[in-house]
Amino acid sequence: MTPPRLKLDGISYRYGDLPVLEKISMTVQPGEFVSILGPSGSGKSTLFRLLTAAITAEAGAIAFDGKPLTEAGRPFAFMPQRDALMPWRKIIDNTTLGLEVQGMRRRDARARVTPLFGEFGLDGFEQNYPAELSGGMRQRAALLRTVVQDKPMLLLDEPFGALDALTRAGMQRWLEEMWQKHRWTAMLVTHDVREAVHLSDRIYVLSPRPAKVIREIVIDLPRPRGRDADTLARAAAIEADILDTLLKPDHRNGIPDREHAAE
Amino acid sequence: MSFSQTRNGRYLASLLSHIGNFLPALFAVASLVLIWEGYTRFSGVSPTTLPAPSRVVAQAYEYRQALFDNTLPTLHATLTGFALSVIAAFLLSVIVDFVPRLKRALFPVFIISQTLPLVAIAPLVVLWFGFGLLPKILLVALVTFFPMLVALSKGYEATEPELEQLLSSMGAPRWKLFGLARLPSALPFFFAGLRISITYAVVGAIFAEYAGAAKGLGIYMLNAKNNFRPDLVLAAVLVSAALTLCLFGLAVLAERLAMPWTRRPQDGGRNL
Repeated sequence: MTPPRLKLDGISYRYGDLPVLEKISMTVQPGEFVSILGPSGSGKSTLFRLLTAAITAEAGAIAFDGKPLTEAGRPFAFMPQRDALMPWRKIIDNTTLGLEVQGMRRRDARARVTPLFGEFGLDGFEQNYPAELSGGMRQRAALLRTVVQDKPMLLLDEPFGALDALTRAGMQRWLEEMWQKHRWTAMLVTHDVREAVHLSDRIYVLSPRPAKVIREIVIDLPRPRGRDADTLARAAAIEADILDTLLKPDHRNGIPDREHAAE
Repeated sequence: MSFSQTRNGRYLASLLSHIGNFLPALFAVASLVLIWEGYTRFSGVSPTTLPAPSRVVAQAYEYRQALFDNTLPTLHATLTGFALSVIAAFLLSVIVDFVPRLKRALFPVFIISQTLPLVAIAPLVVLWFGFGLLPKILLVALVTFFPMLVALSKGYEATEPELEQLLSSMGAPRWKLFGLARLPSALPFFFAGLRISITYAVVGAIFAEYAGAAKGLGIYMLNAKNNFRPDLVLAAVLVSAALTLCLFGLAVLAERLAMPWTRRPQDGGRNL
């Protein structure tokens, strides 16, 4: 049996005396879209910092394709909160950033991203500065910068958190379409229940700090989601259920169990 | 077709609004000059005490050759000292950014250097380094170096943490992170520092000349004062003010050229 793409095994982390993550275990299969859903400040972003090797866990192991993460050689393309576009670089040069850091020549990097501008709805904006683009377009440029790095897995850290509700809904639809086409292996961190249900194959629900996995939910809804009444109703039921879990006053005793919410 | 028209139109509109912004300031300065002129006319105050602005301008024109000859050394000292200061501040800012401990060691020294009164230091520097160009350059550097260094350091620190997180997730080493994120992030701070420092630089050069020089606006002012010619003192002041404004304008121009992304309309939603 092939090992999962990503496997976290009993990861714990603390800032000083403050425990942030407590024995987090999760897996992501190749081509799977997994969301991590939790209240603000629950350590979701800390998880990404562990994966991008900005910090190291005090306990537990992370394996990528069956190997320890340290031997996997930066397998992640990371998309931070907000867009983190460089205001001084034109859109085309923002999207080539990852390639340039990898050592590709600027001209080659540009040639590589240019054909993708149409698909990302950025045609004609190559020479514009980020400040001239709308929030949604900036996020698409940031996603383009992320996927063009051609890494085995994407890490999306609340990518639509700063957008207005309407733009966000549009971006979620668009991202789902893109994902259906490309089948990236992706891990999304969010506190938006609807977003998680709309996009994910599977959701891990975290408790408030110190974060533990309190539920794991498989979303068996057909894609594209949110288009027909039946799927919408089932999605709404799952959302309500997850919201109940998140708003329950005490979930410290919650036992992680695997459920098939849509069955 | 209409694109260039609208672009020209927009340019014209922005130019007019710029002039509109300047109008109140222009009006205030003109009023002050008029009050001054009126006072000297009607109070009968002696021109050796308070010359009328019209007299200052007339004398400035009369002595234009002498003023010009004395402006060149001042300009020379200002630009040389300032250039050296900016280069040194930049180099040190980079070093200090990579070695934070050095910053903690050096910054207090620089802060102390800023507390030294120029009136006391200028004659000493002239005493030590003579009447040539060197003491002027040193004094200009002394007054401009620290503001530039602080501006750059603050600029590096203003880098968005998410940008750094993004770059390190891409595997960028520290020096690449500096070049790709920290240095460009510091540009607005650098130019803000440049605009302020360039005015200090002129003052520093004039002060150094005042303390002792063969030629320059500072020594010209001193001589005019000693000859009871306040009109010529003020004429030299006029020249140094014009010089400062020109250098300030150059700094603003350099800023606009170096940071083209701040010039485009920031409407964040072009034809969606």
